[in-house]
Amino acid sequence: MNRTFRLDRGILLALALLLAYGVLVLYSAGQTDVPTSANGVWEKQLVWILIAGAAAFTAFRVSPRLLEWAAPPLYALGIVLLLVTLVVGTGAGTAAGTRSWLAVGGVRIGQPVELAKLATILMLARWLAGRRAAPRSLRELVPGCVIAGVPFLLVLKQPDLGSAIVFAGILFAMLFWGGTRPWLLFLLATPVFSLLLAFNVWTWGLWCVVLGLLLWWWRPFLLEGITVALVNIVMGFTALPVWRSLAPYQQNRLLTFLNPGLDPQGANYQAIQSKVAIGSGGWFGMGWLEGPQKRLVFLPAQHTDFVFSVVGEELGFLGVTLALLLFGYLLTRLIGVARRTTDPFSGLVVFGVAGLILTHVFENVGMTVSLMPITGIPLPFFSYGGSFLVASGLAMGMVLRVAADAVASGYPQR
Amino acid sequence: MTGHAPTALDARAEQARWVLRLAFLVLAAAFFKTQVLDHERYRLRAEDNRLRAVPLTPARGAILDRYGRVIAENVPGYSVKLLAPDRAAFLEALARLATIVPVDSAGQADALRRFRAEPYLPALVLRDATPEQVARLEERRVLLPGLVVESEPKRHYPAGAAVSHVVGYVAEVTDADLRAQRYRGAIVGSLVGKAGLELEYDSVLRGTQGMRYIEVNARGRLVREDGAAPPRPPVTGASLRTTIDLDLQRFVDSLWPRGVRGALVAMTTDGQVLALYSAPTYDPNDFIGGISAERWAALRDDPAKPLYNRVIQGRYPPASPFKLAVAAMALRRGLVRFDTRMPEPCTGSLRVGNRVFRCWDPRGHGRLDLTGAIAQSCDVYFYQLGQKLGLEDLLADGVAMGFQERSGVDLEGESSPVFPGDVKYFDRRYGPRGWSRGVVLNLSIGQGENDQTLINMARFYLALASTGVAPAPYLVRPQAAAPMRVDLTPAQLAGMRAALLAVVERGTAAGTRRTDLEVAGKTGTAQNAHGADHGWFIGFAPAERPEIVVGAIMEFAEHGSIVAPYVVRTIRRWYFGSSDHGRGVRLLTPDDVAPAPSEPADSAAPVLPADTAAAGTPDSLEGAR
Repeated sequence: MNRTFRLDRGILLALALLLAYGVLVLYSAGQTDVPTSANGVWEKQLVWILIAGAAAFTAFRVSPRLLEWAAPPLYALGIVLLLVTLVVGTGAGTAAGTRSWLAVGGVRIGQPVELAKLATILMLARWLAGRRAAPRSLRELVPGCVIAGVPFLLVLKQPDLGSAIVFAGILFAMLFWGGTRPWLLFLLATPVFSLLLAFNVWTWGLWCVVLGLLLWWWRPFLLEGITVALVNIVMGFTALPVWRSLAPYQQNRLLTFLNPGLDPQGANYQAIQSKVAIGSGGWFGMGWLEGPQKRLVFLPAQHTDFVFSVVGEELGFLGVTLALLLFGYLLTRLIGVARRTTDPFSGLVVFGVAGLILTHVFENVGMTVSLMPITGIPLPFFSYGGSFLVASGLAMGMVLRVAADAVASGYPQR
Repeated sequence: MTGHAPTALDARAEQARWVLRLAFLVLAAAFFKTQVLDHERYRLRAEDNRLRAVPLTPARGAILDRYGRVIAENVPGYSVKLLAPDRAAFLEALARLATIVPVDSAGQADALRRFRAEPYLPALVLRDATPEQVARLEERRVLLPGLVVESEPKRHYPAGAAVSHVVGYVAEVTDADLRAQRYRGAIVGSLVGKAGLELEYDSVLRGTQGMRYIEVNARGRLVREDGAAPPRPPVTGASLRTTIDLDLQRFVDSLWPRGVRGALVAMTTDGQVLALYSAPTYDPNDFIGGISAERWAALRDDPAKPLYNRVIQGRYPPASPFKLAVAAMALRRGLVRFDTRMPEPCTGSLRVGNRVFRCWDPRGHGRLDLTGAIAQSCDVYFYQLGQKLGLEDLLADGVAMGFQERSGVDLEGESSPVFPGDVKYFDRRYGPRGWSRGVVLNLSIGQGENDQTLINMARFYLALASTGVAPAPYLVRPQAAAPMRVDLTPAQLAGMRAALLAVVERGTAAGTRRTDLEVAGKTGTAQNAHGADHGWFIGFAPAERPEIVVGAIMEFAEHGSIVAPYVVRTIRRWYFGSSDHGRGVRLLTPDDVAPAPSEPADSAAPVLPADTAAAGTPDSLEGAR
């Protein structure tokens, strides 16, 4: 039986609705009283959707076995592209200050980080699926951390904090799906807590006490426990040097995230204008195409990073809820597909894609209401942008293939 | 791998779903707080973002004369404003605007000052743009993204210079005024009254500022001029019906000899001011749309002080008109009657101690009674009357009659008269031994330490012309100030009026006598240390039952009899209108009366030390030099 008939209808429906919703919002984002770069992007977005559809079709045709085999070279390609970008990359659009674009002969051909995210998912899936047992100790997590850590550090160097966080999100999601105990994941994350809490001696001291108790309670291997404690302490002491090494705009973003009223004209301008737009939307919004904040260009990057603010302003809390429900439904379906797969590799890929999308959604949507610091990462299916849309298309193609294979296998469905 | 066992996967999928639910719940909660709980706050914030309130100038209320004729009105005008996101953009737009319509550098500096004061509002550039200028600007609107043109009523004074000291003028409120909150409800760029009725009744005339809202984008550029939010229309100020007779006012202006400084005030016997004129005058229309710097400097620095209202601000020695006050004091105290003669006949001078006090007429008046002394303005008679009265009583009665008080007219800036409250004044001023009791002689003929405004003296004659009680003069509404009381019996008042009639019938102003209307009045010649004497005349008519009181003063006129014809003609105009073509009075040309004046008028009022003044010749003073 043809695989085409085993396409997951739920995922397709969610995708179609999300894309339609996204194009409608993008169309509105282009309707401003003053010319902006958002005018008419919805048409280009339609073209990109077609290209992404072709990419999805191609990915759908590729067997997961082939993907598993090709994961190392793809991963290597991704790393090389990131390295090249770091050397010859250019800034553009909302990420004008960073080197995240790869250009050939002055023509920007894409952001390699989006492809690198997929390659990392494949590589992590291959590594986890090849293990005989789930990782039980921190030492066993090291290869995974290296796989995700290399692109993480490379994009952090661009600098692109948002995408770096996505790599972390993917790593944790996949380690979890690979059977790693949550407390182990927690220990893995502790250095980050140390880094964040080290700005105040008392919070950090309290955190060290808590960590000590947790180590005593969970009883990891002695060497690992000592390592975790040491790393936390080192993090606590390097926090300030690390802070000083951040670019001023990154420092500002973090500061204004912690204290939104700090600098209304400068670093926090975007956050405030976004919240004003969303807050003035109320229950039902100002109406499609009618949002004054967007129309008068108070909203920054209203077609890319802050496209969700247009949803909030024009369609209100109801529109926001609808979008969140669609994303929630899609992610739930993805978890279901991951659960039903016949082989670990496929399940890990699907769950990795779910982790990728959730990280993007939570970061992007959270940033529009100051729940997250401002980072320049796109909202899947809404934000205008070719690279991410094509990457999403590839990811969705793989997911649909896995889902179709699962149906074809006759594996008990739940 | 063991982690891929179905039961383990089920458990993990369930955990993953919980993480998912939690994440979306957190997001939804954040949006709920922003969009539903904090909605109002952000809605207002969004409006602040995009709406800029543009004040709509209300039309000032009209100022009308007693018959409803227009003294001040509004005609259509345009103001041009610029809205810009920042200073650099504003200067650029201003420079571009100046290439289309002329804006001088002072105007540009003013515009920049207004922009700096309220950078979020359109800043006024041109207050009084012509329709042609507006058309040229509208054609080039593309070049001027922040252009806001508003139709704004502008002030017009049809009678121009004739009414300047009645209405005053309007001008833009200054920063200092705003800081001092002198004008309630005024904002940067508001037009406020700066003098005269425009100032006194500014709160009535100004009306209530309206607002309209324009929409701007994130760069502060104008997007929509209308319909962004419902406007609040301005409320036109209330009109003022004044007591002025515009015809009489214009007549006085046309009558007044050019180049002569002075003042005239006409009022009815119940205190309604019919005409109020101060010369030289200025054209209040010059201030419309912002007076040019040169014009303002010329007005301000003119030695003749055109902006100075001599009716209420000029202080002059009251001279002979004050003799009536001395007579009233003596009559009230029962010291004299109208037929009382003084011990010493007038021989042209009076010797007191070792000093000689001269009468204005060196030939002497002989033995006069009070009526005759008033008619002839005999100084010797009043020297003796003053001595009889005594310094203390003269001062006390003068204070009681209100010569120390302002008239209370409803115009801003009235000067207080100078009048000693008691003898301690002299002690303070000259030291206990520095003055002699001879000052009473000077005071009794209206010289010495006594400077009165024209309006206050006219008010005293108002009291004489009516029942002995004069309310505060007014131009719009009766004032609450205490009335001036002369406290004479009706018979005594009638005697006073008969004596004042005699002044015109056969006394010092006999030249102005006309048979068809009996005018009573009193001439005066005020000593002037700086040049020719000032001439006074205060008269009323008809002499029997007075209805109108007119007082005038002309600086350097040498004698009150020169002023009298102007007062009489003003009175006749009131009675007979423009049909009065009777025998003309000879109008003196300015060259006849005024030697080239060198000192401003307000310093022309001499306050002389008692000894020098007493040694001089009153009414034709040489001794002050």
